Amino acid sequence: MNTEFSCQEMIEVVTNYLDDALPRDEQQRFERHLSYCTGCNTYVDQIRETIRQTGMVPREESLPPALREEIVAQFRNWKRS
Amino acid sequence: MLGPETLSSETALVAALRCGDEDAFSALVDAYGAAMHRVALTFVRSSAVADEVVQEAWLGALRGLDRFEGRSALKTWLLRIVANIARTHAVREARSVPFSSLELAREASEYEPALPVDRFQGPDERHPQRWVSFPIPWSTEPDSALLSAETRELIADTIAGLPDGQRIVISLRDVEGWDSAEVCSVLELTETNQRVLLHRARAKVRAALEGYLTTEAP
Repeated sequence: MNTEFSCQEMIEVVTNYLDDALPRDEQQRFERHLSYCTGCNTYVDQIRETIRQTGMVPREESLPPALREEIVAQFRNWKRS
Repeated sequence: MLGPETLSSETALVAALRCGDEDAFSALVDAYGAAMHRVALTFVRSSAVADEVVQEAWLGALRGLDRFEGRSALKTWLLRIVANIARTHAVREARSVPFSSLELAREASEYEPALPVDRFQGPDERHPQRWVSFPIPWSTEPDSALLSAETRELIADTIAGLPDGQRIVISLRDVEGWDSAEVCSVLELTETNQRVLLHRARAKVRAALEGYLTTEAP
């Protein structure tokens, strides 16, 4: 029985690891592999960085004014009904 | 999570809405309207349809106010309404069911490695399944390309080109910052399938960044 993750397996379970969704023994195997593998360390760092950068993609922070107006007008109608 | 203060102010807000308080409603639209619009756009792509979806969602929320029991945050409740309506519209637009949980589960069940297999040593090589060569670390120096607006644009473009399931899941999880349970509940996906879609999406965004950031590596 294989008790260690291979590098190829590591990159397939990284999302489960980051979501805290690995069974305890697999989580320990994951961390053990990370403790000695430079390549997997870099990969996991890059996934974390990818998540961080994705969170900084610019987003529309307010509604288009015309749409906002329509929504509020809709509220007035609803109130009357 | 939400403290008692937020919860009691949300209860007060809902009470004000029931009384037809327009200021309360406007405050709510300003707080969550943009997020609802973004979620709608994730599903339908056309901004005219997204506008319709958001209007319909607000109306749905007002009509359903009595069903809001405060078990979830008001924001989550509103976003779930908008996602459900957006999904219905997307299905109608496409005349197929690209957003059914069944279809998303099918997308998740297709085999697809996070990295091309040739990044790892083959079964006959010295160390099967180990890296052929390690990924090159990215510079995080203040002047690094990683921190540029161009990088964000590349990420946005990569996400826009992903298959529907992956695109929606990474948008909700990593752009909008929803947690796994929220995404599963809105998309009616299992945690496992949701995570498979997220995993592939992140791997592709990482690969795009790798291509961009390491082309000029020494």
